[in-house]
Amino acid sequence: MSAPPDIAGFFRRVAAMVRKEFIQLRRDRVTFATMIAIPLLQLILFGYAINTTPRHLPTAVLVHENTAASRAILAALKNTAFFSLTHEPADDAEAEHLIRGGDVLFLVEIPAGFERALRRGETPQLLVAADATDPVASGNALGALSGVVSSALARERFVDAAGTAPFEIVQHRRYNPAGTSQLNIVPGLLGTILTMTMLIFTALSVTRETERGTMESLLSMPIHPVEIMLGKIIPYVLVGVMQGVLILGAGMILFSVPLEGSLLLLSAGTLLFITANLATGYTFSTLAQNQLQAVQMTFMYFLPNILLSGFMFPFAGMPVWAQWISECLPLTHYLRMVRGILLKNAGFADLQSDIAILAVLMLVSMGIAVARFRQTLD
Amino acid sequence: MTAAGAFAPPEVAISVEGLSKKFGDRLVVDNLTMSVRRGQIYGFLGPNGSGKTTTIRMLCGLLTPDAGHGTCLGLDIRTQSREIRKHVGYMTQKFSLYTDLSVRENLEFVARLYGVPRPEDAAQQALVRLGLEGRGRQLAGELSGGWKQRLALGACILPAPQLLLLDEPTAGVDPQARREFWAQIHDLAAEGLTVLVSTHYMDEAERCHEIAYIAYGHLLARGTVAEVVAGSGLVTYVVDVARDGRDPGAVIAALSKALSGNPAVKMVAPFGISLHVSGHDADALEAAIAPFRAQEGLSWRRETATLEDVFIDLMMRSQDMLR
Ligand SMILES: Nc1ncnc2c1ncn2[C@@H]1O[C@H](COP(=O)(O)OP(=O)(O)O)[C@@H](O)[C@H]1O
Ligand SMILES: [Mg+2]
Repeated sequence: MSAPPDIAGFFRRVAAMVRKEFIQLRRDRVTFATMIAIPLLQLILFGYAINTTPRHLPTAVLVHENTAASRAILAALKNTAFFSLTHEPADDAEAEHLIRGGDVLFLVEIPAGFERALRRGETPQLLVAADATDPVASGNALGALSGVVSSALARERFVDAAGTAPFEIVQHRRYNPAGTSQLNIVPGLLGTILTMTMLIFTALSVTRETERGTMESLLSMPIHPVEIMLGKIIPYVLVGVMQGVLILGAGMILFSVPLEGSLLLLSAGTLLFITANLATGYTFSTLAQNQLQAVQMTFMYFLPNILLSGFMFPFAGMPVWAQWISECLPLTHYLRMVRGILLKNAGFADLQSDIAILAVLMLVSMGIAVARFRQTLD
Repeated sequence: MTAAGAFAPPEVAISVEGLSKKFGDRLVVDNLTMSVRRGQIYGFLGPNGSGKTTTIRMLCGLLTPDAGHGTCLGLDIRTQSREIRKHVGYMTQKFSLYTDLSVRENLEFVARLYGVPRPEDAAQQALVRLGLEGRGRQLAGELSGGWKQRLALGACILPAPQLLLLDEPTAGVDPQARREFWAQIHDLAAEGLTVLVSTHYMDEAERCHEIAYIAYGHLLARGTVAEVVAGSGLVTYVVDVARDGRDPGAVIAALSKALSGNPAVKMVAPFGISLHVSGHDADALEAAIAPFRAQEGLSWRRETATLEDVFIDLMMRSQDMLR
């Protein structure tokens, strides 16, 4: 017996669910207060103290001459723990794309004629552009750069080890010239707070109904699991948007966080990220037997998000296996996106792979949630 | 119009055959066959844990049977449970409306899910019908037991179902509320609604058109109350203790002790200052009580067994059988 798809009924039931969830949310004063207090508290508490010792930061080198001096510099950079020479862009445009998309944190450019100028004592320039969005990550490395290059060139006898440096490093801290930590932390907090609150509320939503016994009644009524899921997710999309506005607004007022890029792109990306988290939380909700388990799962998931997403420790400093895990977390991609848009004026083209991965992660967790949702009590 | 309105229920509302359900290794419902005609009030009785709730859940598609098949309102319980849900009102054993929604909000939610036209009006009408007009804004969780039960029933019948599955609807409800509840059930049945109701109360069993008794997953007896009592083959004597100087309680206790050792006496149960003595073999029972019949201060009379006697006997026999 195949009935025609009941589109009107679908929207009617989802709307009924959304309405119900909103009323319940409104009645739950503590939860409601938490949703506002958590972002503000964290923003103020976290806003200052995060320290890291980054290593192996991805670096692009743009070498315009193949000489002993340039080879010595590259070898020396490789030998420090700070840099990892990951890209060799062909031209300035490609180099620009790499740094803007967050693929590299540094761009080292050795101009043509560097060695010759060095021999003649003309003090040639070594150009270094650093993505200072995350000042902690880039600061140490930049500080070490001059010494590394000097000693490399001394070893190759281009320069006298004792003498003054016969070359000049032109440093260019981009996107965050003052190296302000908050500029990095505010986008980070936006991502982590959204992850935390979105996950916890949806993770509790299904288990709460199961525990209270209302799920039995709900399942005995003519409503499809997908309709239940949408009805439970939609109200929290609005909550997430509200939190996002709150965090960004406070960040702009308290820490003068700029918005270099497109607000539209930021909003769209945030919406995608919120939905991905809600779907993940909902999946937990269908896996957990009770509310306690749902909370435990949320924390288990939250921990790698905090540690591996690049929020606490720079992504670039992590071992490869950790980077792989990190790539599977929505937060990692969202952080790149938010930092890119807020601080670096990154556009859709720069961020498309992060956006695509976020979308895939969202669809996968929604799929699991729907598949896992038990339509019966078996 | 709602889908429920257009749906013409068949003459047999429930018809299942060989229904079984296991949880792990435990067979909770064993080969259950039953049939309920449209417009009937069908009582579902049995001790706790006998599988009543499990059976009801299988009927409305909340649990998948491990074996057996059947129909609910002419729809297959295995393959058409989505359709069944549109026409069945299920009142769960535990209160399962939203305690943090008001009475009205709960009713409106149900109305919207079922696609009842103008849900606000439907909820308002339900409030009036339930006598809950003054409590529309009260949170459902703040209602007393009797009102909760009334609200739960109201929510069940709001979408105009064809079949009501009520799982111990009157547990913990005072006698007056129970009586009103049953009056309402009879009104609904008179309108053609079929009602399957599980209960522990004997007086409620007697209000049903037909009953089924289930213990440890087995259906042990079914039919009208009179048929079930007659079918039990139970012979019962009632002994009244005269109120002369002696302590009647002590007399009953002594008599009960003396009789219960006898194999012909299957059951001895005190009721106030009288004692019910039952057995299956009339002659053997007669012989067993003969020595006490002459005892002073006792008056013996033979009566038809009560439903409770029958149920307790059925349960004891099924325990013996399964042991
Ligand atoms: N979901 C379940 N998982 C495991 N055992 C269950 C489940 N539901 C019920 N049972 C067991 O099945 C038996 C029958 O339960 P139930 O149908 O609720 O009985 P009743 O409603 O007659 O009291 C009980 O022993 C109960 O513990
Ligand atoms: Mg039960």
